[in-house]
Amino acid sequence: MSKNKSQDTGFLPPLSEGAGGGLKVIEVHNLVKKFGSFVANDHLNFDVYQGEIFGFLGANGAGKTTAMKILCGLSSPTSGEAKVAGFDIYKETEKIKRNIGYMSQKFSLYEDLTVAENIRFFSGVYGISPADRKEKQDKLLKDLGLESAKDSLIGSLPLGWKQKLAFSVAIFHEPKIVFLDEPTGGVDPITRRKFWDLIYEAADRGITVFVTTHYMDEAEYCNRVSIMNAGRIEALDTPKNLKKQYSAKNMDEVFLKIARNTE
Amino acid sequence: MKQFIGFLRKEFLHIFRDPRTMMIIFLLPIVQLLLFGKVINTDIQNSRIAILDQSHDNTTREITSKLVSSGYFVLGEELMPGDDVEDVFRKGKVKMVVTFGPEFEKSLERDGKAEVQLLADASDPNTARILTNYASGIINDYVKKEKLQNLQLPNQINTEVRMLYNEGLKSVYMFVPGLMAMILMLISAMMTSISISKEKELGTMEVLLASPLKPIQIVLGKVTPYLLLSFINALTIILIGVFLFGVPIKGSFVFLMAESFLFIMMALSLGILISTIAPNQMVAMFISLLALMLPTVLLSGFMFPIENMPLPLRILSHAMPPRWFIVIIKNIMLKGTGILFVWKETLILMFMTFVFIALSIKNFKIRLE
Repeated sequence: MSKNKSQDTGFLPPLSEGAGGGLKVIEVHNLVKKFGSFVANDHLNFDVYQGEIFGFLGANGAGKTTAMKILCGLSSPTSGEAKVAGFDIYKETEKIKRNIGYMSQKFSLYEDLTVAENIRFFSGVYGISPADRKEKQDKLLKDLGLESAKDSLIGSLPLGWKQKLAFSVAIFHEPKIVFLDEPTGGVDPITRRKFWDLIYEAADRGITVFVTTHYMDEAEYCNRVSIMNAGRIEALDTPKNLKKQYSAKNMDEVFLKIARNTE
Repeated sequence: MKQFIGFLRKEFLHIFRDPRTMMIIFLLPIVQLLLFGKVINTDIQNSRIAILDQSHDNTTREITSKLVSSGYFVLGEELMPGDDVEDVFRKGKVKMVVTFGPEFEKSLERDGKAEVQLLADASDPNTARILTNYASGIINDYVKKEKLQNLQLPNQINTEVRMLYNEGLKSVYMFVPGLMAMILMLISAMMTSISISKEKELGTMEVLLASPLKPIQIVLGKVTPYLLLSFINALTIILIGVFLFGVPIKGSFVFLMAESFLFIMMALSLGILISTIAPNQMVAMFISLLALMLPTVLLSGFMFPIENMPLPLRILSHAMPPRWFIVIIKNIMLKGTGILFVWKETLILMFMTFVFIALSIKNFKIRLE
C-alpha cells in the first residue's frame, strides 16, 4: 500500500495548456450538484491555473463548500465534468487525494496531540519518510518561529498559531493544490494578513491555492476570484477587473452589487 | 501498514490523554463488577427476623435454631404474645416475623399438622419472597425429616429440589455475564461512536477523508484500539469473576473468548453505525446511552426475567444483542456447553453484526453523495 503510494506521489500526467499559457490544474465544466430538488451547484464552469491563488467567494449557503468538497473527492457531483491535478473526479479520486492538501473550516489539527505528534501523524498518512519529516519539521518550526512550541499540545496554542500550523501541515507533503475552506475564521485582520503571507509563499513555490472566504479583505489578496450566489458563479475575474466592471471602490461593493442584481 | 500503525499510535494518544476515556475504559468495568458483585447483592444473608413463639416446646425451639443456623437469618427479637407485630416492622429492624401457633408440637404429633405464620416486610417484594421461600423450605425440611418419618401418611409425595448450575443460588453468577455484556457494549459501541463523531465534530474527519487514506482504513484505525481494549476488559471481567467471585468456567475458555470477540465485533459495528448518524459527540453519547445502555440493562434479561415481561417488550428483547450474548456465556461458563447448544444465538449475533456493517456502509455512502 504505502509502496505504491510513494511511487505515485511524484507522478503527474501532462496538464492541458490554459488560455493564459499557464497549466490548468483544475478544470470544471457544467458541474451540477443537487440535494433532492435543491440545486447547490448550478452548472459551474471555471479553470484554475498552476501557482494561482484562486478565491472562491460567496455568502453562506451559496454553494462554495459543496463545490470544494466535490473537487476534493469528499462528495460526488450529480452531473458535469471536472479534473483536479489532471485526474477525473469520478474515477480517479484516489489519485486526486494524493496530490491535494485540505484545510477545513473547523481548523484541522488534533488539539490533544502536540505540534510534533500532529506533524508525525499527517506525514505518516501521506507516506513521508521519518528522515524527510524531521528535516522539514525543523525548517517549518524555524520559519514559523514556533521551535519552542514543538512539544506543546495544539489546544494550548493561540488560534492564529493553530491556523498557521494547520496550513503548514496541509502543504507539508508538497501537494499540487491546496484547498482552504474559510481558513481564517474568527481571527482579526492583522492575523489574517500574516496568514496570507504563508499563502503567498506557498504559491511562489508553485502550489496552487484554492480558497473559500467571505472576508472581502481576503478577496483583494487573490489573483482571481469567482463570486457565487445561489449556486451559480455570477462573476469571475481579477479583483482589479471586477472593481472596474462594477465600478466599485472595493471588493465589498462588488460583492454587494452582484448580490443585489441577482435578487 | 506503516500508515495504519501511525493511525493506531494517534488513537492511543487520544485515549491515554483523555482522563474521562481512561476512567470509562479501565476503572468503570472493575468498579461496576465489584459493586454488583459485593454491594448490590440480592442473596439473602443474615437477615434479621423476629420470632413469636406461643408454644415454647422442643419443636419450635429446634425450628428456630435451624433457621438461625442456616446463615440466612439472625434472630433480631423475641416477641411475646400480644406484642404489636406491625410496630416491629415499622421500626424497620426485622424483615420477617415467624409466629408459631399454640401447642405446636402436640398438634403436629396428634393431627400431623401445625400452624406457623411467616409475616414478611413486602415493601421490598423480592427480598420478602426470597425470605419466605427460604424459611418455609427450612421448616418443611425439618418437619419432614424429623417429625413425619414416624407417622404413616397416605400417598405422600416428596419433592426433591436441586438448583442445577448454580447450587448456591449466587447472584454473582448472573451478574458476571450481564455486566460483561453491558461493559463491552459501553466500551465498544459508545466509545467508538464518540471517538468517530469527535473527528466529525472537530472537522478532522474531512481532512482524513481528503487524504489518501481509504474510508475503510480510517474506520479500522478508529476501531482497532477499542477492539483491543474491549478484549482486555472481557478478560479482566472473566478473571475477576473466576478468582474473586468463584464463578466457574465449565466450558472451553477459548470458545468463551471467541464468543466475546464476536460480541465485541457486533458492538463495534453498532458503534460505527451510531457514528454515521450522530453529527457530534453529545448526540453519539445520548444515542448510545438511551438506545443501548438502558435496553441492555432492562430488556436483555440481565436484571429482569424476560418471561415476565409484557408481550411487546418480550418481542423487543429479541432485538437486544446482549440478550443472546448472555445466554451464550451462561451456557459456556455455568453449563459447560459447546457450539452445538449455542449455534443459534451465535448466528443471531453474526447476523446483527452483518446488518450493522451493511447499514453503516449505506449511511456513509449517502453522506458522501
